[in-house]
Amino acid sequence: MSESVSNAPQPSAQTPTLAQILVSFSLISLYGFGGVLAWSRRIMVEERRWMTPEEFNDAYALCQFLPGPNIVNLSVVFGSRVRGATGAAMALAGLLLPPVVIVTVLGMLYASYGEVAAIGQALAAVAAAAAGLLIATVVKMAAPLLRDWRNPGLVVAAAAFAAVGPLGWPLPWVFAGLAPLSVALAWWVRR
Amino acid sequence: MTDNTPSLWTLAINFAFISLFAIGGANAAVPEMHRLSVVVMQWMNDRQFADTFALAQMAPGPNVLIVTLIGYHVAGIAGGIVATAGMCGPACIFAFWFARVWDRFKHAKWRIVIAAALTPLSLGLVAASAYVVTRAAGQAPKALAITAATAVLAFTTRLNPLWLFAIAAALGLAGLV
Repeated sequence: MSESVSNAPQPSAQTPTLAQILVSFSLISLYGFGGVLAWSRRIMVEERRWMTPEEFNDAYALCQFLPGPNIVNLSVVFGSRVRGATGAAMALAGLLLPPVVIVTVLGMLYASYGEVAAIGQALAAVAAAAAGLLIATVVKMAAPLLRDWRNPGLVVAAAAFAAVGPLGWPLPWVFAGLAPLSVALAWWVRR
Repeated sequence: MTDNTPSLWTLAINFAFISLFAIGGANAAVPEMHRLSVVVMQWMNDRQFADTFALAQMAPGPNVLIVTLIGYHVAGIAGGIVATAGMCGPACIFAFWFARVWDRFKHAKWRIVIAAALTPLSLGLVAASAYVVTRAAGQAPKALAITAATAVLAFTTRLNPLWLFAIAAALGLAGLV
């Protein structure tokens, strides 16, 4: 605990209470349709001022680097920095509990009515739209990499896509092969 | 529920294992979830997987909730909770521990190199997710048209994704898909 307190972001206005952490992560989660990142930044940085923009970027960079769902990691990192292990648990509970309940209810409705023709048609169309949304996300993610076509990372991205997508290879094997290659290339570029 | 209902352990272990490779968010692991649920374990078919992905995207909350839905589909409420705990638990403990040592390595070269190396890998994996989800959503020309139109709208406008889903649902209800 004491270590996390010493790591606490200095310039932020104030340290939130456990209840504030729980409530604000519930709000972040419930507002966050199709991605929670934008809302977490808005609430933590712009509205509550618990983090400066720099602190947020740094915490997010750390969470992208960690395995597991980014935003879940972000809640843990934030909670632990301001209130130790209990803070991390509160942030996590706020982020996950309300949407898990909602999505479970959706799952029940799907189990009961998914076979109804009209629902099935509507859902099939939404599934196609959800795929389109993900394609748009990929294009946005790719833009910074594509600015430099000699970037060796493009080879890694293309190989990961082909192996896991069209070829359908198991992710752990692909990862074991490509991660060292990608690290070597990144090292070579920055040597 | 399916005939080959796995034990809760199987669910927890499989999703904990998958979470280790979810570099760049839950969406990077969607192809592996598809491989597990549709190809290897045959808990659900392509159509059900695409629906599950769509439900998770429509619901509020982080993208990782697709795991809750898969768990619920195979083993009810307990399955949903266990799959979610498997996907988030080990990753959270690691994040909690690593956040404490992170500041020490903030400017270390190996950290910068690894972060730079993971970015393209993550991009490739999310692109593979888009491929898997598009294929699972169906190859009918109308479905592909909706996918393409949504991709263009989402890229060129700042429309809330819920509007795009609502338009798609209306088209589907009208029997146009």
